[in-house]
Amino acid sequence: MSNDIQTRSTTGASEGTDPKQKSPRYGGGALTPPVDVLEDAGGITLFADLPGVSRDNLNLQVEAETLTIEAESSLAVPDGLKTSHTEVGLGRFRRVFTLSKELDTEKVSAELSQGVLKLRIPKAEHAKPRRIKVEVA
Amino acid sequence: MYRSFFPRDMLAEMDRLQRDMQQAFDLAPTIRGFGSNGFPALNVGVTPEAVEIYAFAPGVDPATLEVNLERGLMMIAGERKSVLPTADAKAAVHINERFDGPFRRMLTLPDDADPEAVDARLRDGVLRITVRRRASAQPRRISIH
Repeated sequence: MSNDIQTRSTTGASEGTDPKQKSPRYGGGALTPPVDVLEDAGGITLFADLPGVSRDNLNLQVEAETLTIEAESSLAVPDGLKTSHTEVGLGRFRRVFTLSKELDTEKVSAELSQGVLKLRIPKAEHAKPRRIKVEVA
Repeated sequence: MYRSFFPRDMLAEMDRLQRDMQQAFDLAPTIRGFGSNGFPALNVGVTPEAVEIYAFAPGVDPATLEVNLERGLMMIAGERKSVLPTADAKAAVHINERFDGPFRRMLTLPDDADPEAVDARLRDGVLRITVRRRASAQPRRISIH
């Protein structure tokens, strides 16, 4: 599912799409989805809770060293629904992370299943940890 | 009242302050508590025909999910597996904000909810429960002769 990711360089053509314009329904407000970030020798794995988000409404962007997760929930609400209790008040999610240099942003892969996004950002080959041999003098 | 052992932890202090503020405004909460910050988060609404409950439960294994309705009390229970590495794995946890473990939430339904007509669907991590309201409670227009 890595084709969802758009990797862009800062020197690229200017992007005319302002994410805020795409969803006037909720204005500029967005929820901050809770995440888990783990790191092992091979890279970083990020899990984000995006309930109600389908693949089409998820937008991941890596631009220079900034990772942006934007998503819109595609929840169908029946007509004439009067809400009596609301804990999730917005249908948009947005979160931005700054990546570090040793991560290989060209090889990011993403999976979305049951409203959970799993993002894997591997480390660049040269940045993988090497065990340094200690010579005994 | 809970006090932080490390008062210098600004974020924890702000979090506590926010919670205190929220509770101060709700002077007479229901016996089942304040009903926020739980997992799964719930949105509840009504239409003339049904009560709609949206439980935001991303990443919950549908096999563990259980919905019970008894005497007007709905219970949503299940378990979400942790993604965190085991102690022996060579991995670091940088951010851990997502809920994991077993959960159980309860909510009171209106009196006219029909326990025989409940429909629950799970899609993209959102559990939508529709409970029909009894016909007698639906608005009727009375014709005048």
